Amino acid sequence: MNQCLQTLQDYGLRAIGMGERLLPRSGFSLCEQMTLIGSGLIWNLYFGALAVFFGFFLANALAVAKASRNPLLRKPAEWFVFLFRGSPLFIQFFLAYEMLVQLPRAGIEVLGITVQTHWMTRAWAGALLVLVLNTAAYSAEIFHGALRNLPKGELEAADAYGMAGWTRYRRVVWPTAMRLAWPAYTNEAIFLFHATTLVFFSGFPAFQQRGDSLYYANYFADKTFNPFVAYPIVAGYFILLTLGLIALFGVVNRRLNRHLPGAAKKIRYRPNLVR
Amino acid sequence: MFPFCTDPSALQGLAWLSCYLTTGSHMLFYASFGTVLALLAVTAPVALLFGFGGAMAARSRLAPLRWFGRIYTAMVRGVPDIIFFLFVPIALDQGFEWLRSRVYCDPSVPVRQGNEFIVCAAAKLPLSTSPEWVHQLYGIFLAVVAFSVVFGAFAANVLHGAMAAVPRAQLETAEAYGMSPRQVNRRILIPQMWTYALPGLANLWMILIKATPLLFVLGIEDIVYWARELGSAKTSAYAYRHPDWRLYYFLAILVFYLLMTWGSERIFDRLRARLSAGQATAAGEAMRKAAT
Repeated sequence: MNQCLQTLQDYGLRAIGMGERLLPRSGFSLCEQMTLIGSGLIWNLYFGALAVFFGFFLANALAVAKASRNPLLRKPAEWFVFLFRGSPLFIQFFLAYEMLVQLPRAGIEVLGITVQTHWMTRAWAGALLVLVLNTAAYSAEIFHGALRNLPKGELEAADAYGMAGWTRYRRVVWPTAMRLAWPAYTNEAIFLFHATTLVFFSGFPAFQQRGDSLYYANYFADKTFNPFVAYPIVAGYFILLTLGLIALFGVVNRRLNRHLPGAAKKIRYRPNLVR
Repeated sequence: MFPFCTDPSALQGLAWLSCYLTTGSHMLFYASFGTVLALLAVTAPVALLFGFGGAMAARSRLAPLRWFGRIYTAMVRGVPDIIFFLFVPIALDQGFEWLRSRVYCDPSVPVRQGNEFIVCAAAKLPLSTSPEWVHQLYGIFLAVVAFSVVFGAFAANVLHGAMAAVPRAQLETAEAYGMSPRQVNRRILIPQMWTYALPGLANLWMILIKATPLLFVLGIEDIVYWARELGSAKTSAYAYRHPDWRLYYFLAILVFYLLMTWGSERIFDRLRARLSAGQATAAGEAMRKAAT
């Protein structure tokens, strides 16, 4: 038990570069595997939470642009969504890394100030950028679908009240679209958290062996030739993460549906019907 | 490839490019696109079969079979699919080798010795004496099984949902006519469920297309492998010298996938328009206004 506490101290924050520098080389106790894989989960949470947060705003803008009748707004949004939904995330990571590497090493001069660019090739920035754009494209498609499926009566009611433009959008269109899109958006968020495991298997290198949970699970499976311990551990962590996300998004779902008693159905995770 | 390609260093411009793009390794790169298509062609029906089995098992009246089906359909929920792609091939490989070691080796020697997984030479799969292509084919076989298992679980989810969506009254009517459960399944349930399953299955096809680059993670020499290999900077030690071109190779792969999904997307658009027509929604209203 004491030994395990020591391991927790050594490796609990290893994924962000704190504690013991060297990864365990032999022995590989269950405690070490649980701790190190759990510490890698920090990265999955970091990528997932920030990508969902930034992606949400971008997705709303994209959905409105895509639903717009002005082709100057609609076409770029359509192309953006098509580009990121039509290609594998795995390839997007590779491509983004190769593009970011091409940025000038010395930085870019903007109005006399040198902007450093080398940090963009690191996973915490580069991979996050890809994930934000990717989830924005998928969520925009979901929100766009919700905008298309707004009940006709609600829009007519808003017209009857003399609402137009921004007021109509803020008071009627947006809340209703969110309410309709929320179950699908929950699935998208879960899928995004799952997609964060791809980061360190693609172009982005794990700097000083600071990787995510699957990176460490793969490390243990390679070292011990035993996939039956490390992978179930990371799978278990992700099941807990998924349950937590469903609970969190369920709270929002209930709030969105609070004016409709009985309408807030339990969100069911249905991975197949989303993407 | 071409007769003028014998001395690459003397070539310029377009002639150089045409020779460069037809080298032996580039041919392997083009062939690897075929590997991806072959994987799709093999995996899709097998996964559908697995999914059908899983969905039927989840509805079975035999408790152990039902539990198995439930676990299988629930498997992909909550766990990232790449974990299965990493886990299934190595677990299968070790499973096969363990079975063979019980037959061909001395059974008293344990296969797990500390941190090693050791079987005697006779139980190795494929045998170390077999040629290179057998090793590669075995790797692809394991990858196909992993893809089929994972996408079978996805498909089982879709089909299970579709079976539950068939109106209960339809099945009850069939029962009232005195049909056995087997007959109800075959005559009523299965023909009717496809309407409900089609959107989910079409979506699944898109996910499957976009999951194929994960072959690279499984160690298959697929398009990602060759793009990295061919694109990396080539020094003067190589016949065709060039700087880091990986960006362009990945762009080519991106275009390939965009074309693959573009076709499917168009079909979905047509379906969506058909489903929106006459509905009391914003999209249906827009269509009605456009028509008048």
